[in-house]
Amino acid sequence: MMTANAPPRPPHSDAEITLYRLQACPYCERVVRKLQELDLAYHSRFVEPMHSERNAVKRITNSRSVPAIVDDRTGAAMAESANIVEYLERTYGEEGEHP
Amino acid sequence: MNFEVTALPEADHVEEGETAPNFVRPLVNDEYWEDVSLVDLLEDGPVLLVFHPMDGAFVTTYVWNELRDREVENYGVQVVGVSISSPYEHKTTIEERGIEHFDGLFSDPGNGVAERYGVDHSLDGMAGIEAARPAVFVIDEDQTVTEAWVASTWPDFPDYDAVEAALGRL
Repeated sequence: MMTANAPPRPPHSDAEITLYRLQACPYCERVVRKLQELDLAYHSRFVEPMHSERNAVKRITNSRSVPAIVDDRTGAAMAESANIVEYLERTYGEEGEHP
Repeated sequence: MNFEVTALPEADHVEEGETAPNFVRPLVNDEYWEDVSLVDLLEDGPVLLVFHPMDGAFVTTYVWNELRDREVENYGVQVVGVSISSPYEHKTTIEERGIEHFDGLFSDPGNGVAERYGVDHSLDGMAGIEAARPAVFVIDEDQTVTEAWVASTWPDFPDYDAVEAALGRL
């Protein structure tokens, strides 16, 4: 899922990418590995383990699932680790738009 | 009833007129936590920095109840706490104390922020645990401490009127 109306980067972040994550969530760690592999700066927001209380995530992707990212550089906001990894590759990989 | 309140050793703490030491720790609100520095907060205005014992201690409960009831946010200050408790405990405290409108609680299990401000103390009967003693610092936009209150007994509660007076001078 991807929305065009991504909120601006959090005021306390120095990084363009904000990652909404849950501690020790394997799908979140998958995204972290990709961000590190691509040497991208990111700002972590750790959310509530209880799915029903993750409205901070819902506001940006319309879904409460994590991981989710907001990319200030492109205005993209999305959930689902496979989507995110694919997006990061497409945007920041060697063959990407912003390698 | 006659009893003696335990005195705490003298604290060599940050004083009024000194620069408030910067730090970065996870700042917890009712929805998430993220690394935030004091300097980040000061970019948005002055800060009321409240050191308190671990979440669940009665001193913590009373301090937040009082600051909430006095509506200190009306002075245009960002209200943040610091304790050694984890982000999960902070989330519970924020909900139980009804302080969602404050700016959050920093989680500092290593107690390094309290050490930097000179307000750390070892807890008797809890091996290996150090915590912050109750302390309140009013920090203006220039990162200068304009009011410092540090507990000298255990327990001890902030001089709320003095804190409010300092907030009024910001």
